[in-house]
Amino acid sequence: MIDFASLLANGIAALVGPSAIFFALLAIGLNVHFGYCGLLNFGQIGFALVGGYGMGIGVLNFGLPLWAGVLVGIVAGVVLALLLGIPTLRLRADYLAIVTIAAAEILRLITRSTSMTDFSGGTQGLTGYGGSFRQLSPFDNGRFYDFYGVRFLGQDLWAICVGWAVVSLSLILVFLLVRSPWGRVLKAIREDEDAVRALGKNVFSYKMQALVLGGVFGAVGGIVFALTTQSLTPDFYSPPQTFFAYAALIIGGAGRVFGPVIGSMIFWFVLSITDNFLRQATAGSNPLISFIDNQDVGAIRFVLVGVALAVLMAFRPQGIFGKRSEVLLDAR
Amino acid sequence: MRPARPEESGFTRPVACRLRALLGAVIVALIAIAALLGLAVPALATQQPPHGTSSQPAPPEQPGLPVSGTLRNVDGTLLAGVRVQALDASGRQVAATTSNTSGRWELTVPTEGEYTFRIDRQSLPPGVTVLQGEVVRDVAPGTLSLVVFRFGAQRAGLQTSASATVLRVLVDGIRFGLVIGITGVGLSLIFGTTGLTNFAHGELVTIGAVLAWTLNVAFGLQLIWATLLAIVAGAALGAASDLAIWRPMRRRRAGLIAQLVISIGLALALRYLVLIYFGGRSESFADYTNQVERNYGFISITDKDLATIVISLAVLLGVALLLQRTRIGKAMRAVADNRDLAASSGINVERVVLFVWMLAGALAALGGVLFGLSELGGTVQYEMGFSLLLLMFAGVILGGLGTAYGALLGCLVVGVLVQVSAQVIPVDLKYLGGLAVLIVILVIRPQGLLGSRARIG
Repeated sequence: MIDFASLLANGIAALVGPSAIFFALLAIGLNVHFGYCGLLNFGQIGFALVGGYGMGIGVLNFGLPLWAGVLVGIVAGVVLALLLGIPTLRLRADYLAIVTIAAAEILRLITRSTSMTDFSGGTQGLTGYGGSFRQLSPFDNGRFYDFYGVRFLGQDLWAICVGWAVVSLSLILVFLLVRSPWGRVLKAIREDEDAVRALGKNVFSYKMQALVLGGVFGAVGGIVFALTTQSLTPDFYSPPQTFFAYAALIIGGAGRVFGPVIGSMIFWFVLSITDNFLRQATAGSNPLISFIDNQDVGAIRFVLVGVALAVLMAFRPQGIFGKRSEVLLDAR
Repeated sequence: MRPARPEESGFTRPVACRLRALLGAVIVALIAIAALLGLAVPALATQQPPHGTSSQPAPPEQPGLPVSGTLRNVDGTLLAGVRVQALDASGRQVAATTSNTSGRWELTVPTEGEYTFRIDRQSLPPGVTVLQGEVVRDVAPGTLSLVVFRFGAQRAGLQTSASATVLRVLVDGIRFGLVIGITGVGLSLIFGTTGLTNFAHGELVTIGAVLAWTLNVAFGLQLIWATLLAIVAGAALGAASDLAIWRPMRRRRAGLIAQLVISIGLALALRYLVLIYFGGRSESFADYTNQVERNYGFISITDKDLATIVISLAVLLGVALLLQRTRIGKAMRAVADNRDLAASSGINVERVVLFVWMLAGALAALGGVLFGLSELGGTVQYEMGFSLLLLMFAGVILGGLGTAYGALLGCLVVGVLVQVSAQVIPVDLKYLGGLAVLIVILVIRPQGLLGSRARIG
């Protein structure tokens, strides 16, 4: 039988949980890139990787305090954005897409390489950099806190509170920026780059600023998630994660301040419920759904996300809350 | 065709050029600094990350730990009746055994720890020489302990003949480059005729290889016939995806970025459907598994690698002839060059695009089989297409996105680069060189080697 109460409880936990926060931050970054400026960054997970690993390596290998590690992570995100932007931002949109996805994969391959084990932990990854983050927690780290049947461990609750605080600050920043003249130039670049250039604006410079800003949101997402899980594993930072963030962004509506956050929450709520439903329905000796193997449920999640991304983009590219006229659909 | 845009308004050309050169230099410097840091830092590291503390419960007390292996001579024959000894750290013999008729040996060591496994040279059949007869292994519970001994004389390539090594790496690189090229030509033609950057192209490669594997292993069809059927299926798949998805999208005038995101969604869905069907492990083809290198005087190469090169060359030559000589090939080039002009001069553009998709699907399927056979050691895996896709992009952009011959040239360069770089950098970073060239070419010459300036901006 399906236990609907636990489905709902897990779904609500996913709605506000660490994954929703992580992907909300990635998608806020992508919103600046894709939603406002029309940049196709398909390597957002690479920004999360340099953020998380920048912090982890800074703390573990250089003995920095955690706050300095966080700064190193953010600076790493800025540097990556500059490195990716310089060769590609003058070219058509799909070049940036290819280069960013390749760069994210390069970063993953380097961090997981056995030759880098002493530096980045190789396939084992890194742990033990964020102890001081947990010490700051006002909650009892080992205790479960119960909210009407939705349970969080104290240490996770602390990470979730910090995470949503960061998300809120990011939203305020984006809200203020896109209402400023700077934000209007960004939107204008998305709509018609040549017109903006004709008005005497330095398009390249604006695009670069947008790439850096969105990349920093990605890096911050990586830092927050690495502090939540207290471990960095290279294979987590694989290309499909970027596509998850895109799916979240498009569900919520690109080019809307709250789009990425709402999208990410809906995304993880739905994903958690389908995931749990399928796990329960395919488990046991007499499963409700017999044609799907219980082990394949993890893969089905990716299939569903892929199909959802394609169908949404084909039929409702503005997502739930977006405006169709504000979504970039065509390359220039 | 998009009109060429005046580039870098606000800069005069020489300034823009100098600026670009400067930026290039900055990037190179940054990469160099990063590389230095990467080398220097491990030495400075004050605190090592903790490694694999064995949190798994140890298996119940065993009388000993099994260690096994198979003795295979350099020509592939199995060696029977050879004594294998296991020595502990102090050099004391703790176990010994003799290989059976299928070359297999198995012995048990008393506890976990480091052991030296040695072949008793006296027990070898006459004429068999040992290249590596002593192997030191850390035996741990819960893992399969396999020990491999190597036989045969020192190879020519190992005997420090630099020219032989260079030749060998070059041939390896050309073989790999041709395989990338076979798949990349299709990707480039699709881009040229429709403007779509098809991120699902890697999945066409995987599906082709998986189909051939299914026919080969599950249905017992010889691999050549299985591949031919997979090629036909690949063409059908290409045509189906055009008819079912891309033609309707074009008819609705969907934007190129929307199409690009759709192709990514498709790629994700297809890759994990393949995972569900095929599983996450590498599976081997049934044919051409154990091949030894034949010596052709100047180079020694396995039959399947040689066949890969010959088949790729023949197919690519065929594609070139198709593009140069046939009506449909000329029409393809015309559409790639200027879609509207082609349409107004009476070419049925949709029919040409459909043909391009069929050709690309067929080439991708063939490329998938050849990639698995030659590069992945005769195996197929569900992520092979994606890892190849990034190299395809690198090659195609290097050569000039949208061109057929440029794509081929670029892919060859990337293939050689990957194999050459594997000589210097660790093997698990092998594909890095190919991807790095992608970024470098965009800094120096974004239109690629054979591309035209108007395409890129």
